[in-house]
Amino acid sequence: MNNLNTILQANKAIAYFAIMAFILLFVGLNQSWALALGIINMSLISAIMALGVNIQWGYAGLFNVGIMGFAALGGVSVVLIAQQPVTEAIDVGGMKMLIALIFGAVTIAAGILLNRRGVNQWLTTLIVVIGYLITRHYFSEASDLIEKVDPAITGYLGGFGLPVAFSWVVGGFAAAIAAWLIGKITLGLRTDYLAIATLGISEIILYVIKNEDWFVRGLKNVYGLPRPVPYEVDMQKSEWLQNIVAWIHKSELQLLSQSEQIVRLGDYVRESAVVFVKLCYSGLFISILVAFIVLSNLALNSPWGRKVRAIRDNEVAASAMGKDIKRQHLQIFVLGSAIVGVAGALLVTYDGIFIPTAYQPLRFTFLIWVMVILGGSGNNMGSVLGAFIIWFIWIQSGPMGLWFVDILSNTMQEGSASLEFIEDRVHYLRLVFMGAILLLIMRFSPGGLLPEKNKEL
Amino acid sequence: MSDSIDIINAFALLTNFVILPALSYGSQLALGALAVTLVYSILRFSNFAQGDSMAFGTMLVILISGFMISKGWTISGVPTALLAIPMALIGMAIYLLLIDRLIYKHYRRINAKQNIVGITASIGVMFVTGGIVRFILGASAQRFGDGERFIFSVREFKAFTGLEQGIALKTSQFLTVTIAILLVAFLFYFLQKTKTGKAMRAYSDNKELALLSGIDPDKVVQITWLLVALFTTIAGTLYGLDKGFAPQQYHLLLLPIFASVIVGGIGSPIGAIAGAFLVAFSEILLTYAYKKFLIYLLPLSMHPSSLVQLIGTEYKYAISFVILVIVLLIKPTGLFKGKEIV
Repeated sequence: MNNLNTILQANKAIAYFAIMAFILLFVGLNQSWALALGIINMSLISAIMALGVNIQWGYAGLFNVGIMGFAALGGVSVVLIAQQPVTEAIDVGGMKMLIALIFGAVTIAAGILLNRRGVNQWLTTLIVVIGYLITRHYFSEASDLIEKVDPAITGYLGGFGLPVAFSWVVGGFAAAIAAWLIGKITLGLRTDYLAIATLGISEIILYVIKNEDWFVRGLKNVYGLPRPVPYEVDMQKSEWLQNIVAWIHKSELQLLSQSEQIVRLGDYVRESAVVFVKLCYSGLFISILVAFIVLSNLALNSPWGRKVRAIRDNEVAASAMGKDIKRQHLQIFVLGSAIVGVAGALLVTYDGIFIPTAYQPLRFTFLIWVMVILGGSGNNMGSVLGAFIIWFIWIQSGPMGLWFVDILSNTMQEGSASLEFIEDRVHYLRLVFMGAILLLIMRFSPGGLLPEKNKEL
Repeated sequence: MSDSIDIINAFALLTNFVILPALSYGSQLALGALAVTLVYSILRFSNFAQGDSMAFGTMLVILISGFMISKGWTISGVPTALLAIPMALIGMAIYLLLIDRLIYKHYRRINAKQNIVGITASIGVMFVTGGIVRFILGASAQRFGDGERFIFSVREFKAFTGLEQGIALKTSQFLTVTIAILLVAFLFYFLQKTKTGKAMRAYSDNKELALLSGIDPDKVVQITWLLVALFTTIAGTLYGLDKGFAPQQYHLLLLPIFASVIVGGIGSPIGAIAGAFLVAFSEILLTYAYKKFLIYLLPLSMHPSSLVQLIGTEYKYAISFVILVIVLLIKPTGLFKGKEIV
């Protein structure tokens, strides 16, 4: 027993991942492979997001409560890059929108410049207000025009029609720019200012996405985003997949009659087409995740990484050594947010639709936080492990809740009022459950499952 | 040219749609901001659970007042919610003290980095509390005010003054401002004059010195939570009486509340109140559509065709954020010098 313990201790990470793999294998064998792969893919995306947050929180102690907003920026860039442009809308209102945006940019730039030059504050304010009014005038006109173009199908400007892979990079950049602005303002001040500011910016990003229909269709969602992998329908027709499936199930199919064989084979092919597409995604996500992990581990063990950790562990000492703390924090904050943005773009690519209402602080910000803290803040592999565990619990807690209600319903009278009530709201208990997990880990195992190894420099 | 009656009408309009709503909204924010300030001063962390705690307190009020209405324990003309507050306060105090005992106390004992750990823990508490509230009351909006809705209505005001534009004073507005003034007066009296209040201030100013002079830290913390329960429950209830109860709305109140606290200067009670009114007035002044107001004041040729609304109502939370950003850029310590900024 003791021996087993030591082995477990030594290979904790391997053991945990093995257990997780076993559970997913169990799901695949017992329920379906499509479901298991779905969980794996979402876990991988969450792991990338958690990695970004871990870089901010684990490497530098920066508190990002706006993960949702950065992920949404990634999602927006998928729409803006990969969708085909709506030429009609661009003809009608594109020019005016461009003028409005240029005016807006000029106003902001003028405001900043005049303020720096020390020009009279009232004059500056006046110029900014006038600039704002002109911008708003053109803007509302342009957005009205654009939103009137076939509102049931388009009603927005569309995107650039570029390959979707390009949008992942753009998503990272968009998130990085937002992070830079926030960081520039709040870093160097108290830690909670950053937290509050990120919370604010993420809500505002969501408000803009939901309300500006001309931008990404607002609450009307964007459907049919292009995919980086083949479609299931095409896969079903592909000969080689049919051959492989027929070969795998050879022994079983031989026992059946000709007509039964065709029906059964059709079922198998449909199933494996779904699995194949999911596998393609898994491959994609794994390679991106591995690339990020390798890069960040290399960075962490470089002189740069040592500097970062030195600052985290003792700001005063690091500052005395001549390290520019604010600059360093800004760098890390931007880097981490960019990774979250990439993950946000991947998520929307995987879903194939962009739904603004899907961005809930619980699902994004909070869940990712629990992943990072459960896994072990500061440890990249921990974040990945945390992502798998928490996503699995999150997905299974729905059915588990219903199962719980089922048991209750056996003891209670059929159709009783309180039962319906519980059925209706049982999913809110997820909030309580996840909050409790976070609090329990923080209280009893602050290092998480896989604590950071080289805590000491 | 507009004559004097038009000017009076214009200001009646403004009073009805801007000044009264902003005063009551500002008072509600101020009470919430004071709760955040109290936690910050004594426990040294920004309480992210404030919005959801307000929802929790309001939930207790809704449940208790619902029970009271079903038993017929009401006083005509007075919102039953108000009568339910004392009971709800007890529940809220127990809840907050329990959370402190189970969660925050541990971090005080091990002398953790209070601010960071406190924020993380309070975010956990935020979700647990929000989940409980949504589980019990559901996530949809509801109204729970009963009794007289108006002290005087637009129609009564018009009949009384003969003006074209009326001013209505909602019961909830009147109650909000009155109760807020009483509570703030109580808080300042308590902090300035009573022994416990002085102990709290000493603890806030210099913890080590306060401990040396024999102040019991546990007692200070408990009193703080009791005060927080008081302010949180009442702020939530007043906000709900005014605008209805919706958990998500309460959750998002966090943003204007934090903006108020930071604008005023973290840790400064007066600053929190001033900040709350600044945020409330900016929010309502910027989202109000001035069309009717300008029609009264401007000659016919200059009448505006658009709504003359500076910012769409859907962006009202963005205003708190922009105020926050401006203050951080220009004067990070806030208007009234608060605690250290680093």
